[in-house]
Amino acid sequence: MSSTVDSSTADDAVVARPSTGGPAARPPDPLLTSRVVPRRRVGLWLATAAVLVLVAQTVNGLVTNPFYAWDRFGYWVFRPVILDGLVVTLEVAALSAVLGFAGGVLLALARLSRSPLLQVVSWAYVWLFRSIPIIVLLLFLYNFTALYARIGLGIPFGPQFVTTRTTDLLSAFAVAVLGLSLNEAAYAAEIVRGGILAVDAGQVEAAHALGLSPGRLFARIVLPQALRAIVPGYVNQLIGLVKSCSLVFYVSVLDIFGAVQSMSSTYPADIIPLLIVATAWYVLLTSALSVVQYYVERHYSRGALRTLPPTPLQRLRAAVSTPAQRASRRDGVTA
Amino acid sequence: MTTVELEVPAPEIPALEVRGARKAYGTHRVLDGVDLTVAAGQVAVILGPSGSGKSTLLRAVNHLDPLDLGYVRVFGELIGVHERRGRLHELSPRQVREQRAGIGFVFQNFNLFGHLTVLDNVAEGPLAHGRLDREAARKRARELLERVGIAEKADAYPRQLSGGQQQRVAIARALALQPRIVLFDEPTSALDPELVGEVLAVIRDLASTGTTLVVVTHEIGFAREVADVVVFMADGRVVESGPPQQVIDAPVHARTREFLAKVL
Repeated sequence: MSSTVDSSTADDAVVARPSTGGPAARPPDPLLTSRVVPRRRVGLWLATAAVLVLVAQTVNGLVTNPFYAWDRFGYWVFRPVILDGLVVTLEVAALSAVLGFAGGVLLALARLSRSPLLQVVSWAYVWLFRSIPIIVLLLFLYNFTALYARIGLGIPFGPQFVTTRTTDLLSAFAVAVLGLSLNEAAYAAEIVRGGILAVDAGQVEAAHALGLSPGRLFARIVLPQALRAIVPGYVNQLIGLVKSCSLVFYVSVLDIFGAVQSMSSTYPADIIPLLIVATAWYVLLTSALSVVQYYVERHYSRGALRTLPPTPLQRLRAAVSTPAQRASRRDGVTA
Repeated sequence: MTTVELEVPAPEIPALEVRGARKAYGTHRVLDGVDLTVAAGQVAVILGPSGSGKSTLLRAVNHLDPLDLGYVRVFGELIGVHERRGRLHELSPRQVREQRAGIGFVFQNFNLFGHLTVLDNVAEGPLAHGRLDREAARKRARELLERVGIAEKADAYPRQLSGGQQQRVAIARALALQPRIVLFDEPTSALDPELVGEVLAVIRDLASTGTTLVVVTHEIGFAREVADVVVFMADGRVVESGPPQQVIDAPVHARTREFLAKVL
């Protein structure tokens, strides 16, 4: 890169100083105007070349191997049966995410409360539901109707006001959401608890000194600051949840994985393209969550960082701007 | 309790009255029978070596660290407890919150809410207590920020400010609920030396408005200049108290002389 053009104003100032200050003008020092020449990194170039070859081979394999049957992928990817499955996946995941997070917050608060009973119950819940594989939990709930045929609301150990048949209450869809929510809440509880513990104790003290109510203290002071620590872990958990939704197939709910499974039993030749269809949609969902994570994290780091880092869009704009624009910006800053 | 308040003529009610304050952490007695009275409108400065119980005493006043024994009255009102048939009973959390609203507290480490702007930090108290609507709370916050000389930083976040600026915001936040007494727990101890002056200037200004102040500090010069009463504490007790000319310039007790010799 030629350095003399875009930094001329600054360099002139440096060179000019001795001539104006001292009576005898010294010859300009060339080291003051030359930028450091970067080292040649041979190993890096070799590694880059090797990786490029591997990537090219993989892409070539994906495109030329007839067993991927890309035309069949094109046929299936927007089929209504697949899109219906996608909607079910989204519904189950969204409901479980909301219910699981709410349950997780309650469990975390119970664990951090002063009541030993609440602490133990919360701990035991997390211990139990983290121990049960989701598939076992789902199948257990699916057969719950056999265990408790009727379920009612009333005075504990006393008369009941409303009763209903469990099968009416727990559809397959409800079983799916319930199972995933119960599991999600156990994991969310630990992530939320970690986030709350990460908030400086001085924040709570200051809120007490102002006389904030417990509700306001939590919602306005603690939770917003805890979320900064919660979001990365919880999005990780959510991505796991989206993929766990494929298990609801085993309690007769047809999510996207279920749709792919049932179609591939009808069209065995299309197994691979159908699996790729499912993969593509899962990748899309995960990517969407990652983007959301980025912006949510950014939102909750307000005040935690002195200046917010630029968004990818801002960085992209900076990267594609012409050297002249960059130079004018730099001079604008240094001048 | 209310009848007592009515019988005593208003001017005689001290702003702060601490009687027989005792508190222990395990076997360590942090407060070992502290009595203290601060008249309304006075500035009391509490001095003493670290571990002498100054901060614990201050935190007992707004019930952040409740006492094991003894009681605190602020303008005649028992704090955190009420009296019934000769015994002290715990107040409800709601009542304690209401009492705290009348007692400003400034922390050594500022404890500003990091995720809220400077303006929202100051507006939070009146909003939380439903005393002002959003608009009015922000207006009062701006006025207070003006008063502590930091109005131009209203939209900044606390971490973007220097320590001295943060502490001035914390003082504005403590004043937002219009307390009749403000407690300062070593307000300049976490500051770089060149930032101490700006915070002390704000406190000095506040002292001239007639608000009762109780300041735990190591700034002897500030104590001599601003304090009406200087209280010297050691080992969880008040060793001596009186006007600064007496306690700082002519201390009676050996412990006080020893301490002053070290810090002056």
